[in-house]
Parts: sequence; C-alpha cells; structure tokens
Amino acid sequence: MGDILILVESKGGGLEKMTLELIRGAEGLAKELSTGVSAVVVGADTAPLAESAAAYGLNKVYRLEHTLLQGFQPDAWVGALEWLCKEVSPGIFLISHSFVGREVAPRLAYRLNTEATTDCIGLRIDPADKGLIRTKPIYGGNAVAIVKTEGIPQIVTVRKGIFEPAEPAATRSEVVSMAPPLDESLLRVKSLKTVEQEVVELDKANVVIAGGRGIAEKEDFEVLTDFAKALSKTHGRVLIGCSRPVVDKGWMSSDHQVGLTGSMISPDAYVAIGISGAVQHLVGMIRSKKIIAINTDLGCNMFKVADYGVVGDYKEILPALIKKLEE
Amino acid sequence: MKEPKIIVCAKQIPDPEAPFSNVSVNVEKKEVVVDAPDVISPYDENALEAAIRIKEEVGGKITVLSMGRKVSDTVLRKTVAAGADALILLEDAAFERLDSRSIAFVLSSAIKKIGEYDLILTGRQAGDWDSGQVGLILAELLGIPSISLARSIKIKDDSVVVEKLVPVGYEVVEAELPALVTVSNEVGELRYVARTKMMALLRRPISIPKWGTKQLELSVEALNPVQLMELCPPPDMRRECVFIEGASSDEKAGKLAAVFKELR
Ligand SMILES: Cc1cc2nc3c(=O)[nH]c(=O)nc-3n(C[C@H](O)[C@H](O)[C@H](O)COP(=O)(O)OP(=O)(O)OC[C@H]3O[C@@H](n4cnc5c(N)ncnc54)[C@H](O)[C@@H]3O)c2cc1C
Ligand SMILES: Nc1ncnc2c1ncn2[C@@H]1O[C@H](COP(=O)(O)O)[C@@H](O)[C@H]1O
Repeated sequence: MGDILILVESKGGGLEKMTLELIRGAEGLAKELSTGVSAVVVGADTAPLAESAAAYGLNKVYRLEHTLLQGFQPDAWVGALEWLCKEVSPGIFLISHSFVGREVAPRLAYRLNTEATTDCIGLRIDPADKGLIRTKPIYGGNAVAIVKTEGIPQIVTVRKGIFEPAEPAATRSEVVSMAPPLDESLLRVKSLKTVEQEVVELDKANVVIAGGRGIAEKEDFEVLTDFAKALSKTHGRVLIGCSRPVVDKGWMSSDHQVGLTGSMISPDAYVAIGISGAVQHLVGMIRSKKIIAINTDLGCNMFKVADYGVVGDYKEILPALIKKLEE
Repeated sequence: MKEPKIIVCAKQIPDPEAPFSNVSVNVEKKEVVVDAPDVISPYDENALEAAIRIKEEVGGKITVLSMGRKVSDTVLRKTVAAGADALILLEDAAFERLDSRSIAFVLSSAIKKIGEYDLILTGRQAGDWDSGQVGLILAELLGIPSISLARSIKIKDDSVVVEKLVPVGYEVVEAELPALVTVSNEVGELRYVARTKMMALLRRPISIPKWGTKQLELSVEALNPVQLMELCPPPDMRRECVFIEGASSDEKAGKLAAVFKELR
C-alpha cells in the first residue's frame, strides 16, 4: 500500500496546528500498516512551508506548486490534488476538517472514485482488511457512528484537537517538487474580491462570555462587554462569544459563534448567558475547564453540563455582578 | 436574462435541535431515536429562503427536491407555502441511509429528468449526519461549478454572484450558470409561514410527483448504503451543577463574584 498522505495547511506563514495534529495521527496509523507518512504543500510559493514540514521526519514532502494555486481557489486545488493522488497513489489521505478540508475532501474523493468521511474524531486500522475505520459524531454529537468506506485512497477529514501536535524529528524529510499540469480553464469560479473583517480568535481567550437567544436586544450585548471588561482586569483575556441564533440575527459575525459549525474551544471558564445548551452548541464548549450558566429556565440543558448555575434573568444578574466584581 | 429555474435540495430529518434528553441511541438496531417531529434540515430552509429572495428580485421558478425512504409531504409542503412553485419527492425503499455519493447520484438523476435548470441550492450540511458532502459531489456529477458556504446569492445576467464565508471575512465570487451553491445560515432564516396559509395549502390539492428507482431508471445495485459498523451513545457530558441561591439578584451576584474570584 502507498504512503499515508496528509494535506499541509498554513497559518500566518507557519504550519497550522491542525497539520501537526494530522502528522501525529498519521504516524500512529502508519505504524499499524508498516508504511510511511508523506505530506503535500499546495501553493504558488511552497518552499518556506515545505521546509517547515520537512522538519517532522516525514518520508516525503511534495511541493505542488503553480501560479494558479495562489490563495485557495478550490477548483485549482482539487485539480492539483487529484493529479498528485494519481501520480503517487497514497493509501490514505488525511485532511483537516478545516475551511479548506471541508471543501476539498468531498470533491477529491468523488474524482478518485471513493467516499470521504468528514469530521472524524477517531481513526484506526481494521486488522482484517487494512481499511480505515472512522469514528464520527452524528446528530450534532448526540450519537457516535463508526463507519468504513470502499475505495483507495481512504479519505477523511479530522476534527481539530483529536491528536496531540507532532514534535520536530531528528531526520529531515526529502522534499520533492511536483509541477501539476493546470490551466486557466480549470477555474470555473472567479474571485472578485475578498473583504477582510476583524475576526476574534476565541481559542486564544482565557475566559469566553457567550450570549444566546435569551439576550433580548442587540444593545444588551453591551452589558456582556462591560462584564468582560470587569473580568479582564483579573482573569486575562476575556472575549465575547455567542450561539448561532445571535449570528442569524446579524447581531454578531460568525467568528464569534461557538459550536459544531463555529469555534470549538476549551477556555479556563465559559460563561453561557441565555443559551439553552443544544448539542450543536455544547460540542463547541464542553471541554471548557469551568462552565458557568445564567438562565431563567431551571430545566435547560446548559445546567446539566455546567459547574455553576444561576437561575435568573441576566438583566438583573449581570449589572449586579459587574458592580461586585469592581468592588 | 430569462427567469432562472432554481432547484433546492431539501432533506427531511428528525429535528436536530430537539433537546438532547429527547434523543437516544438504539445500539442493536444502530439507530438514533429522536422523540420529536421531523423537520426540513435547517440549512436547507436557508437555501429555500435564498431561492425565494432571488425569485422576488428577478423572477423564476423554484422546484424543491427531497429524497428518502419515506418523505412526508406534510413536512415538505411548507416549502410551497413559503414560496416554492413545485415539490418533487424521491421516495423508494432503496433510498434508505445511502452514502453521500449515492444520494448525490439519485439527486442528479432526478435533476436530469427535470431537464432544464440554472441554479441548484443545497444546505451546507444536513443536520442528521453533518456530512457536508452531497452538494459538492452533486456539482461534480453534473459537471457544473460549485460555490460553498454562501451568505448571500444574487443572479446577474447569466451568472451567479455569491458572498462566500472565508476565515478572514467573506469573498465575493462569480460563476456562470448553471451552477451549484451550498448555503449557510448567515443567509437568514426561512420566512415565517402563517399557520392559516399552511392549513389552506394542506387542503388544496397540488400535484406532488413521487419518483422512485423505477421512474428514475436507476438500478438498486448502483446505490451504496453507509457501511455503519457500530452506533454508540455520545460520551457523558454531564457535570454536577452547583446552583447559586439567593433571595435577591444582588445576593446571587455576590456569590457568583466569589466564584469568579476563586477561579483566578
Ligand atoms: C447542523 C447544525 C449545526 C449547528 N451549529 C451550531 C453552532 O455551531 N453553534 C450554535 O450555537 N448552534 C448551532 N446550531 C443550532 C442549535 O441547534 C440551537 O438551535 C442553538 O444553539 C440554540 O441557541 P440558543 O441556546 O442561544 O437559543 P435557545 O435554544 O432559544 O435558548 C435560549 C435560552 O435563553 C434562556 N433565556 C431567555 N430569556 C432569558 C433571560 N432574560 N435571562 C437568562 N436566560 C434567558 C432560555 O431559557 C433558553 O434556555 C446548529 C444546528 C444544526 C442543525
Ligand atoms: N436525501 C436528501 N434529499 C434532498 N437533499 C439532500 C438529501 N441529502 C442531502 N441533501 C442536500 O445536500 C446537503 C448536504 O447534505 P450532507 O452532505 O448529507 O450533509 C443538504 O443540506 C441538502 O441540501
């Protein structure tokens, strides 16, 4: 069987942490299969990233380089990766369940005549047929499915934080340049412009204060901000998060959203205000060290997963709390 | 331009937002049991809303496609009440729990049978298996461009202009029609349909074609079910909650402040 291939992703010029996690995950599987792990770097200027990846003791690091691979244009990336897979025939292709991975994996799998499994939280090898057994939460996290699929390569996307990040190794990897045959006609979607917005990195916060549909008015988020300010004097970085309905109303941008389709975080403390605790929200914050819930409904699910609960109206609790914190 | 023919793919699923105490796992039957009525998968409702807004702006015709082993027209008629023009149910015993490729294959067969189309909209992911694959595979199968994670969709001449969510904000992209777009919740919720309108519609006879493998001329062997080895309940998330009591909000706030001080 061919190597296990992983797709390298970058962040701020360096390797994305999820990529290091993939390397660690791939190493475990490679041992069971007695095969190697290789990685692919995609872009218009892949040298720096390939150098970083080469420090992790991989079998090979493929540089898939072309001017059309500048930025992330899905049509070009899928085309290039399809070509590479046909060239090097990986047995398994591991991809992060990232913005890039979610888009690339299904399309690539289709073209290679196989079926991907997305958002996996566990991977192991079937001793019987060497197939990749995938563990995947379904129904938002209300159940866990264990599935297999036919076809080579076996393609999966892996959820963030499932493996520990890999450490650099003593041996350097061989770097191999590959020139995918791409041309403009491949690009069927034209990028007109990218509008950058300020994004919060909730995973960098010590404390996240999150508001949900229970917050009656947009203006009330100011009270949450005041609360965050008061707490940040003593508790490090405090950021504001929210549940999905708040994003749906347009009160906050999606980078504030916590949950299955938002950020998955594990701060020292998570304060859920007016959030009922739907499972798709819980998967995003359940690994917080302490969970504190403020809710008018004693029966709500959030209290079942919280360490501390206050049954009450945030409109009364929060101003009083801010005063106490400032005393 | 001519008025666009829009197809919205909508899946019927057990309510994914039912409280977790209403959801259980039958390990033997490998089944998730949801004690709540079926709904249209939430992102598919967003897709329908996007379609209706396009129709309001430039006209057009919206056809809703829904596939499954059993698809209920009482759940799906809501799409017509909200503004869709036609509803086609793809129903067959062989359509049970198929893998993403097979679902996309059945949908593509139905779309080919419909014939003409300009724009296909799907949800970003279905709320049952959270897979996020069918739309993108469907576009591959039909050989048309695909754009994922739309927060706004506009038709301009013979192309579609989409604001697509990206990690740094959003990107404005354009593709020629026909094209497929997967829709995210940022598009906005499906408009409210008054109960009276729903009820009136339920009484009005409308023709809802039902197509199975026979009408679509599909061989059952071409369809692969998901290879589900095991289904397990989720890990226990419960914690012992200490409730902060007090006669007044002030008293509760004082105790809560003490909790925060201890966390430091
Ligand atoms: C596929 C899929 C993906 C999803 N992804 C996400 C995701 O990533 N993140 C996410 O959050 N959701 C997600 N959802 C939606 C999720 O299922 C829930 O609908 C959502 O989390 C509910 O948000 P909420 O708790 O704020 O609102 P609600 O469930 O409406 O809860 C509001 C709460 O506020 C309380 N309240 C009301 N008034 C007050 C008051 N004055 N003071 C204090 N409390 C008050 C109420 O008692 C209630 O508990 C997803 C759904 C699907 C199907
Ligand atoms: N059985 C189905 N019937 C109609 N549309 C579907 C079906 N399954 C998936 N889809 C569409 O494909 C999208 C993505 O589904 P999935 O890949 O299963 O997460 C959904 O949001 C629907 O728009």
